Amino acid sequence: MELDATNTPKTVRLSFEGTAIEAPAGATVAAALLAADIIAFGTRPVSGLPRGAFCMMGTCFECMVEIDGIANRQACLETVQEGQNIRRMPPRIPTKGQGDGDD
Amino acid sequence: MMARGADVIVVGGGLHGLSAALHLSLRGAKVLVLEKDYSGRHASGVNAGGVRRLGRDLAEVPLSVEAMKLWHGIEQLVDDDCGFTRCGQVLVAETEKELDLLRTRAASVVALGFDHEEVIGASELLELVPAIAPHCKGALVSRDDGAALPFKTANAFRRKAEALGATVLTGAEVTNVSHADGIWQVETPQGRMDAPVLVNAAGAWGGKIAGMTGDPVPLEAHAPMLMITEPVAPFLTPVLGAAGRTLSFKQFDNGTLLIGGGFKGYADTDINRAETRLSGLTESARTVQALFPQLRDVRIVRAWAGLEGVLPDMIPVLGRSQRWETAFHSFGYSYHGFQLSPITGKIIADLVTDGQSDLPIDPFAPERFV
Amino acid sequence: MATTECTQVDVAVLGAGPSGMAAAIHAAEAGVDVALIDEHPQAGGAIWRGLANASGSRRQTLLRDYPDGGAMLDRLGAAKLRRIHAATVWEVTRDRVIFYSQAGVARQLAARRIILANGALERPMPFPGWTMPGVLTAGAAQIMLKTSGITPPGPVVMAGSGPLVLLVAAQLLEAGQPPEAIIDTTPRGNWKRALRHLPVQSSARQILAKGLKLKRDLRRAGIPVYRGATDLEALGDETVSGVRFRHRTHMTTLNCSTLLVHCGVVPNTQISRAIGLDHVWDETGQFWRPHVDDMQRSSVAGILIAGDGGGIAGAEAAVHSGRIAAMAALDGLADVSETAFDHERKALARHKAIRPFLDTFYAPAAEFQRPGNDTIVCRCEEVTAGQIRQLVRQGCHDPNAVKSLGRAGMGPCQGRYCGQTVSRLVAEVRNEPVSDVGYFRLRPPIKPVTLGELASLTPDEARNDG
Repeated sequence: MELDATNTPKTVRLSFEGTAIEAPAGATVAAALLAADIIAFGTRPVSGLPRGAFCMMGTCFECMVEIDGIANRQACLETVQEGQNIRRMPPRIPTKGQGDGDD
Repeated sequence: MMARGADVIVVGGGLHGLSAALHLSLRGAKVLVLEKDYSGRHASGVNAGGVRRLGRDLAEVPLSVEAMKLWHGIEQLVDDDCGFTRCGQVLVAETEKELDLLRTRAASVVALGFDHEEVIGASELLELVPAIAPHCKGALVSRDDGAALPFKTANAFRRKAEALGATVLTGAEVTNVSHADGIWQVETPQGRMDAPVLVNAAGAWGGKIAGMTGDPVPLEAHAPMLMITEPVAPFLTPVLGAAGRTLSFKQFDNGTLLIGGGFKGYADTDINRAETRLSGLTESARTVQALFPQLRDVRIVRAWAGLEGVLPDMIPVLGRSQRWETAFHSFGYSYHGFQLSPITGKIIADLVTDGQSDLPIDPFAPERFV
Repeated sequence: MATTECTQVDVAVLGAGPSGMAAAIHAAEAGVDVALIDEHPQAGGAIWRGLANASGSRRQTLLRDYPDGGAMLDRLGAAKLRRIHAATVWEVTRDRVIFYSQAGVARQLAARRIILANGALERPMPFPGWTMPGVLTAGAAQIMLKTSGITPPGPVVMAGSGPLVLLVAAQLLEAGQPPEAIIDTTPRGNWKRALRHLPVQSSARQILAKGLKLKRDLRRAGIPVYRGATDLEALGDETVSGVRFRHRTHMTTLNCSTLLVHCGVVPNTQISRAIGLDHVWDETGQFWRPHVDDMQRSSVAGILIAGDGGGIAGAEAAVHSGRIAAMAALDGLADVSETAFDHERKALARHKAIRPFLDTFYAPAAEFQRPGNDTIVCRCEEVTAGQIRQLVRQGCHDPNAVKSLGRAGMGPCQGRYCGQTVSRLVAEVRNEPVSDVGYFRLRPPIKPVTLGELASLTPDEARNDG
């Protein structure tokens, strides 16, 4: 919910999975989704269970969504824009607990 | 303090040392592996995982073919699938001239009596790799080659060797090697270790150990780099290289892309460190973009470098010491030792127990640099 | 095609929180060429987030709560320096070249000195169900409040320990959506151990008084607090619907749509690790931090550390360590006053005096340090504590071996939310101190960078072939 009643900010309209939502201008995409009671942003790579925002500061990478066709955007670092089209990303193919390399 | 004893001491707990330990243990020898870090810490565990006969130095082809047989049954050898997949290896030609060179190459492999490499044209290449840039003319392919997971492989070799009775001592850097009364005396921070037979499989540090056994070789440490991307939808099955470029490119089953091929980072064996060099990574990124322009928005999530031993003629040292009947070397695999590892251990075990190997290893003799 | 020219500055400051702003202002006022780089569109860092662009009542509230932030932002506005915002730094080399991306374009900046002011992260707090959507950190809720006045979906329950739990609870209360309850997991024995560190300085007493006032406000608002709670578990199907915990002898369950968790903050060492600076394990604070001397100098010449990124001490201390780092950075570039330096050092010591008390009092509970076998440790790759312990028993005696074989730390967060737990679990199984076990090796890119951005660059690399 938007609490800044004395200073009614401009509202931005965007969509999540085709459903229209509204958010205060200047909010991050992640905050806008949570304010619209959208809690699950995508699925986990191995179990396929839902995942959502966690740190809201760009470090946990769990709020990644597709924004206007570009995958792997961190919703907590992107500011809402009028007409933005947000989608969940397709599930990742499980890795079966194997490393794909590092040193 | 009493020195610890074994039948064979292997210096280096990487894949070649562990393979030697495994094959020697299979024959009943008591093996002690001395590893200064942990098994698979350097080149063995952090390489691109290519299981490739394709495009090898002709001297290595007979060994590589035998190694491939072991890879196709790797689970029987080490009780683990090592993440091996028979996805094929493809070397792309971007010009007619490159394709001609690949034809000559394929013919020279056939002349040796092997038939795993074949040349395909542009249309068949498009079938194998539909996403490839349209200017490519064809490729050299080896369909039964593949890829595996390096650290998983190193770990499997270690666990199997240990199950067969070998001991792997970690944090045991060899500081000196001497020979007295028919016994190799190997000094480590954990005390002196003794054995009648010594195997040097010390990778990027192999030259240092070879110096201690009186077999000087001009080994250099390099730090080849690799990068991994975020997962993308599956589009690439075989491991891909390019005849005219530095590239090794593959997609894992989780969708991530591995980009490598041999761009060098900074190597420092004295402080045990390999670091990435951004100029090489940018070059690597340009190479991928040239062949797969559609990948420009895919993000790189990790890059790293590993320490590898490289010899001037780009083939390893594998064989008996020129000076001692009881010292053997297996190192300096010069960017492409991973696939050979199952067979190199067998060759060392043959040399130790039978005094000879059935495979043609003369080109790898340590004395070739004298 | 992106620009690939390399800009040169005297001092580059990475991070525009309290320490970074203080450092950048100090250096700029000394007359050298300064660049201040931050990932966010505005300066302020986590603590002063939202101050730079809030308006109306939210701005008034933020200015009332963070008056120092308002003043610092004004001073920054007046300072003559290059401000680079919304820039993701993804590589910093030892020879002080910074690579970053801004709006999809990769750029590089060479600096004679670099001040790392990377701040803190909330300490990883693994417990059953912590990966469920609707479980957020307390800091996350605070960021939402500060940046857009949005509160997370209610009912909200808070769980954990540390000053931030109280502060965020109070801020939610003021915003009109108080938490239904606070599940305080501070171990019961901490209080006694902390007593001998009780500071006498007046600045420290002020902080304690502030904390007690928060507690009073929350009590007056009738928010129940379950002290000494253990066995925390988030419940739910797809998203969180409740939380279960042991309080005294009973298991208690509360309903919630958002569970805010927190058990302290730790230095954000991602960049300092990737550069290869020396790090030490801080036993009091229970975190890794880069080694710094009394002038905030790291183990690599020309690279300095300011603020919580060098060890948790809070925003007020960060301003002083920022100025000290700036003074050390200016050495050889501009005149530095001994008196000013002494003044800053004394102020820093004053603000740090309360740390041993706070660190001991809020030392995290064992259940979050060494979680049960079924609990996920690595969120990105869903690796459990049990899987990690098994790998260690199978011979992976180094966090990097655990990572290579088990994928823990291989996901996009690069170990930010599991690294410390992995080190701890290796230490537990090996029966070794964490300091001996070490940490993940970190490599560029510190944050993901596209192939196209990378391909567009021609790096300015002074170093010879290695």
